[in-house]
Formats: sequence, C-alpha cells, structure tokens
Amino acid sequence: MNRRAALLLGLLGVALVLLPMFANSYVLSVATLILFFAFTGQAWNVMMGFAGQLSLGHSLYVGVGAYAAAGLFFHYGIGVWAGVWLAIAVCVAVGAVIGFLAFRFGISGVYFALLTIAFAEFTRIGFDHLQWLGGSGGLFLRVAQRDQIDLANFRGPPAMYYYAILALTAGALGLCSWLLKSRAGYYWQAIRENEEAAQALGINTFRWKMLAVMISSAMTAVAGVFYAFYYNNLFPEQIFHISRSIEIILGPIIGGIGTLFGPILGAAMLTLLADGITELLAAFGLEIPGVKQVFYGIVLLVVVMFLPNGIWPTIARRLGLAK
Amino acid sequence: MTWDLAVNVLISGFLTGMVYGLMALGLSVIFGVVRVVNFAHGEMMTIAMYACVVLFAAFKLDPFLAVLPVAAAFFIFGYALQAGLINPFITRPEHSQFMLLVAVAIIMVNGLLMIFGPDARNIQVAYQLESFELGSLLIDKARLYAAGVAVLTAGLLFAFFRLTLTGKAIRACADNHLGALVVGLNVKHLYALTFGVGAACVAVAGCMMVLLVDVTPSLGPAYTLLAFVTVIVGGLGSMPGALVGGILIGVSEALAGLLFAPSAKSMFSFGLLILVLLLRPQGLLGKRA
Repeated sequence: MNRRAALLLGLLGVALVLLPMFANSYVLSVATLILFFAFTGQAWNVMMGFAGQLSLGHSLYVGVGAYAAAGLFFHYGIGVWAGVWLAIAVCVAVGAVIGFLAFRFGISGVYFALLTIAFAEFTRIGFDHLQWLGGSGGLFLRVAQRDQIDLANFRGPPAMYYYAILALTAGALGLCSWLLKSRAGYYWQAIRENEEAAQALGINTFRWKMLAVMISSAMTAVAGVFYAFYYNNLFPEQIFHISRSIEIILGPIIGGIGTLFGPILGAAMLTLLADGITELLAAFGLEIPGVKQVFYGIVLLVVVMFLPNGIWPTIARRLGLAK
Repeated sequence: MTWDLAVNVLISGFLTGMVYGLMALGLSVIFGVVRVVNFAHGEMMTIAMYACVVLFAAFKLDPFLAVLPVAAAFFIFGYALQAGLINPFITRPEHSQFMLLVAVAIIMVNGLLMIFGPDARNIQVAYQLESFELGSLLIDKARLYAAGVAVLTAGLLFAFFRLTLTGKAIRACADNHLGALVVGLNVKHLYALTFGVGAACVAVAGCMMVLLVDVTPSLGPAYTLLAFVTVIVGGLGSMPGALVGGILIGVSEALAGLLFAPSAKSMFSFGLLILVLLLRPQGLLGKRA
C-alpha cells in the first residue's frame, strides 16, 4: 500500500468513526447495512475472490450462525459472547462438511455453485419445519431498552451496533489483507488461477481449499450473529433465501472480485443505489412494487457488461492507488 | 391413506414431472451447447405463464392454442437475448455470466411484479375439472394433455437435433467449439438459435404449467431452482436425462406432499440433488466428461 492509499484509508476510517455524531438514525441504519454487506462480502471474497471457489449459498452460514446464537439466547439465556463461538463452530463444521464432500468428490465450477445452493435451500426448508427454533413463523428475540448500552448482552442503541459492525468490517479488512500476503493467500491465488498447475507444484489443494471455506464460513457466521441481534427476528424464508446469497455476492462482484476494497465499495454503491432509487421513486410518486428492483437490475447489467473486473480496479488506477 | 390415493398421487406427480422435464430440457439444451447456465430460466417460464393468462383474458385463447404464438415469440426473444447480451460473455468467467443472468432474472421477476402485482393469476377452462376414470383411478384431463404436449415437444426437439442439418451443426458446436469454427460454422448464430430453441421449450412448458398451478411473479426463482435440480439429477446436457429427472422430481414431490407436509416437498428434491451431485455428479443419464 502506498502512502496516498494509507492516507485515504485513514481519512475514511476517521470519517466512519465520527459518523454517528453527525448522522441521524436513518443515515446510521443505512451505514450499518452497508457495513454488514461489506463484511459478508469480504467473507465471501475469501472463498471466491482468493481461492476461486464460487459459493452461491452463503446465506446458509448467515442463517445457521444467526440461529445458533439466537437459539442459545432464546432458550437458555446465554448471551452473544458465548453464542458467537457456537455459531462459528457450527458454521465451520457445516462448511467443512460441504467442502469435504465437494472437494473429495471432485465437484467444481458450476456444479460446486449448485451444490452450495442446494445445501442452503435444503437447510431453509428444514428450518421452516423446525418448531424448536420458531419454524416458518419466525424466531423473535426480546428487545431490551434501546438507550442503554448493555455490552454483556449486546443490547443498546443503534450506534452501538454501528460500531460493532464497523469494528468487524475493519477487522475483516485487516485479516484479509494479512491473508492475501500470507502463504495461504499465495496458495489460494495459485489454485484460483490454475488448480492443476498448483497441484503439480506440490500444493495440497484439498487442504487449502478447505481452509478457505472454513475461514469464509466462520466470518459469515459472525455476520449472522450480528444480524440476529441487530434485527431481533429471524425467518428462514428471509435469512436462508437465495436472494440473500445473491445480495451478499453482488457487492464484491460489482466492487471487484479478489480485491480488498472491492467488497466495501460494492456494498456502499449497491446499498446507496437501492436507497437512492427508493427515495427518487417516492419523490415522483411511483411507488409500484418492483420498480426499484428493475432499476437495480438494469444498473447491475450495465456494470457487469462494461466493467467486468468491477469498479474498484478502475477507481484505484484513477486515484493512483494501484501498486 | 389408501392404496388408490397413493397411486393417484403418483400418476399426477408423474404427469406434472413431464412438464418439469420439458422446462429442464430447455435449460439442458442451452447449457449443453452454449455452456452458460441460464439463471433466468424459471423467470422465463413465469413470463410464458403470464403471456398465456393475458391471451386467455383478452381473446379467450386456450393455452393449447396459445402455446404456438407464445413459443414463437420466445424463440425470437431467446435468439435476441443470446445474440445481444450473452454472446459477448461466452469467454468470460462463470461468475460473470452468472451475474449477467441474475441481472436479467431480477429485471424479469420485478417487471412482472410491476405489471401484474403480487396476486396469483390463473386460467379457468372447462376441462381442468374433468378427469378420466379408470376403475378407481382418476386422471386429470388437463394434466394428461399437458404431459402429452410436453412429450410431443421433447420428441420434436430430438428430431430437430438428430435429423436436421441445423440441429447437427448445433451438436457439432457443443462437441467441439474450435472444430466447429474451423469448418466454418457460424457459431454465434448457432448459439443464438440454441438459446431460442431452449426459450421456446420453456415457453411450451409455461403454457402447460399455467393449466396446473396459479402463477405469481415469485414462482420464477423457485422454478429456476427446480430446473437446476431436474437437469443435474438427470444429467446436465443430456436430453433424455432432463425428462427422466423431471419425472423423478415430480414423483418425489408428490410423494413428499402425501407422506409429509406439502411445504416440505422441495426439500426432497434438494436432498436428491445433493445425493446425485456427490454420488453421480454427471447425473443419472449423463456421460462423464
């Protein structure tokens, strides 16, 4: 990273830390949503952007992580600090099982992507019928007082959640930039570019792909726990749905797959775009259901057609941030 | 549960499965030749269903007649989609193709939502309520006719790929892309034709399906997934496989609805998909690559 990039990153960090002092609750909720998608996008990027394994079922880990921590809290009153470890453990186990099955049986490319969808959908319908965790009627967490910060139970005003997800996103950025420079990162990139060549060089591709899946699922599990305690309600229909998986991966793909800042930039652009379109349509009195998503789809189409590597690489070049 | 009921449910699942099979056949043909997974497949199916609803409401056109104009329109639409949007993406990585078709799917499903709203629409014709009686067996007329059209369409498609020169050229593109270019085939045109044929298949399936279920915009993504499950189970790129997969999925859904909860029915399809992917990734009738 050159000096200019470090300066810009520092400025961005300061701006984000100071944001709650100036922003109203609406802006804060949008910012929280952006950071949530930046974080999950970063997690997905480890698997696809770094190691080249296309997962289209990341909602599985969001959902399982959310339900693990929320279930523990709901039934036994055990708070988030223990729940997050359970969520991570369960999601890593699930990811390991899927990865083991897929990589041992040599499933890759489109087939791997469809396998991840299948597991997510299978689990969604399973949770629809799991009455112990609310079934399709949903699981609701008690909403405590909103104005006091209760860190032990992860309860507090919106600003607390904002700082939590900001810390997570910053941590994920740090982790990913370290991973990219580590041995694992180089092995992953070798596997992504040419798996057979990587294998011929003596890289145990099975082991490193497994590691990518497990790290990615652990990070996504944490996002799920955040989701559960931020929204306080969980519906299998929403959290496991394939449209959520697509939401997660849109950010990194629009922003720039395999880059560190792509997921963050993509999440910001998509969330702001969606909200901007909503506002604009409301101003013109065009609140027909579906209009917003149609615009969203058109923008997506244009970006995918004309900026196949995502927006971040182009911007980085313009700003002179590229290495 | 009586024996008769089980057999009736099985037959109904079998017949619905043939329509699923035709839908999946469209996906399989497109993937087998163009090597692009059409993530907007189910959305195209729902558009065809709405087209039938509109034609029926405006002109009282029976879906069995509407199938001809709808399929023709879909052929042109599919050709244009491939020629205009997808051809430039042929050489791009999978995730890029995926995003393109997801964008198309988002526009389609929400376009339908804008035009028709979220409420379910359907078509009511007299023969939907009639059935053939064979002893204690009751077979829905509409379902039987729909399955018949599905099989007929699949047969026509087989004949097209086996007997016509264009069909053979398309198969040549699928077998050896470079070789097809070398012998001077217009591969881009043939790809667009293939997408058109696949779209026409899904249009016919949609026209038949609208006789069996009510249509809402949100059916699109569900059908996309169903089509994936069907072709993977049968074998991606295998034409008989798509039909066999459709029948298997139709029967397993019907059985799951009977033995467990109807809402759990697609869980069995996805379970079947996971098993097939792991144990026989090329699908039941697919050839190992």
